[in-house]
Amino acid sequence: MSDHDHHHEHGSELSDTQLRVRALETILTEKGYVEPAALDAIIEAYETKIGPHNGSRAVAKAWVDPQFRRQLFENAGKAIASLGLPSGTEHLIALENTPKQHNVVVCTLCSCYPSGTLGLPPVWYKSHAYRSRTVADPRSVLRDFGTELPADTEIRVWDSTAEVRYLVVPMRPKGTEGWSEEQLAAIVTRDCMIGTRLPDPAQGQR
Amino acid sequence: MDGVHDMGGMHGFGPVRPEDNEPVFHEEWEGRVLAINRAMGYSRTWNGDISRHAKEVLPPDVYLGSSYYRRWALALEQMLMDNGLVGADEFAAGHALRPGKPLKRKLTLDQVQNALLARGSYERPAQAPALFKAGERVRAKNMHPKGHTRLPRYVRGHVGVIERVHGCHVFPDSHAARRDEDPQWLYTVRFDGRELWGDGADPSVKVSIDAWEPYLEAA
Repeated sequence: MSDHDHHHEHGSELSDTQLRVRALETILTEKGYVEPAALDAIIEAYETKIGPHNGSRAVAKAWVDPQFRRQLFENAGKAIASLGLPSGTEHLIALENTPKQHNVVVCTLCSCYPSGTLGLPPVWYKSHAYRSRTVADPRSVLRDFGTELPADTEIRVWDSTAEVRYLVVPMRPKGTEGWSEEQLAAIVTRDCMIGTRLPDPAQGQR
Repeated sequence: MDGVHDMGGMHGFGPVRPEDNEPVFHEEWEGRVLAINRAMGYSRTWNGDISRHAKEVLPPDVYLGSSYYRRWALALEQMLMDNGLVGADEFAAGHALRPGKPLKRKLTLDQVQNALLARGSYERPAQAPALFKAGERVRAKNMHPKGHTRLPRYVRGHVGVIERVHGCHVFPDSHAARRDEDPQWLYTVRFDGRELWGDGADPSVKVSIDAWEPYLEAA
């Protein structure tokens, strides 16, 4: 399927799906299975509270606080909860990027994602292209993000096939000495915590 | 099942296209589907593995031709019918034609916060000692179950190393088929890229999966 066809199909399906989902909600509400106000609250939580900013704060703290860093790698769920942030799962593992090893997270079978910590996954994470290519040729996938890594850096791909969720802790870039946790958190983007990009200090100097 | 959802290593899907400043939802209905899915999941009418399998059994052309949230909507409709909560006639009418059945529990507004922040655990007490320990070589079995499984095709028959033992976790193959948790030891198994993809593969690549013990044999 070419990309052109792909977009075309998505365009024509919208109205049908929209109507279908509206009917679904109507039926479930009339039958007393769902409460529209509860649905609104779920959507609002994902739009405002449960998002990558939580993971960014944890990573920034790990960059400046060696004790928290240890806790994060020992038990990420517990460490993140200790900051008063959501982790959503008991089975969260923080992966340490080093000059020798770069970590990338994927779910080839569906789109499992640490959504308790990072919020809902972006469309590209759920795309057939990302799900198919990341385990076989991760460097080419990173290049789609403009990310180039040294040839001798091991690329470690984590296929999330169980209920264990993975959070990448990128290396703190040079040029961020003396920055506050808040400044640091601003350059720890969602994609850095999935492993497809590296933190860019130029993005934080405003 | 060996379905189109098992995409690891397939060719032809083109480049990955990251979107700048991507919104949480691209269409209003996507948020409604997500929320309905969470609310019905909370009712414990089905479990997460049944829900995953409901997407896998969509016809291949529907699976590939539908967006992520459209697949969710289609799977939801099917699960609601399979569990006798909504009739096909009601979907056709676009309205309820009969009163609802009692749910095990219903997600009300006051419970949303707790439901979203709950830290779920899939670990269960061990039924037997673990067969493997970290550092041991294992082979992913060459198996092709017709039902739900979480052993991707691209590792089957290949040898890797146990990197981590996670404890006993709910076993999706049984959980989806029989609603039986059937806990099994769960391991992270690491494979060399060349073992999976041949001599021409990037030698700097290692890939791991999380695999339950019934997927593995000593190598």
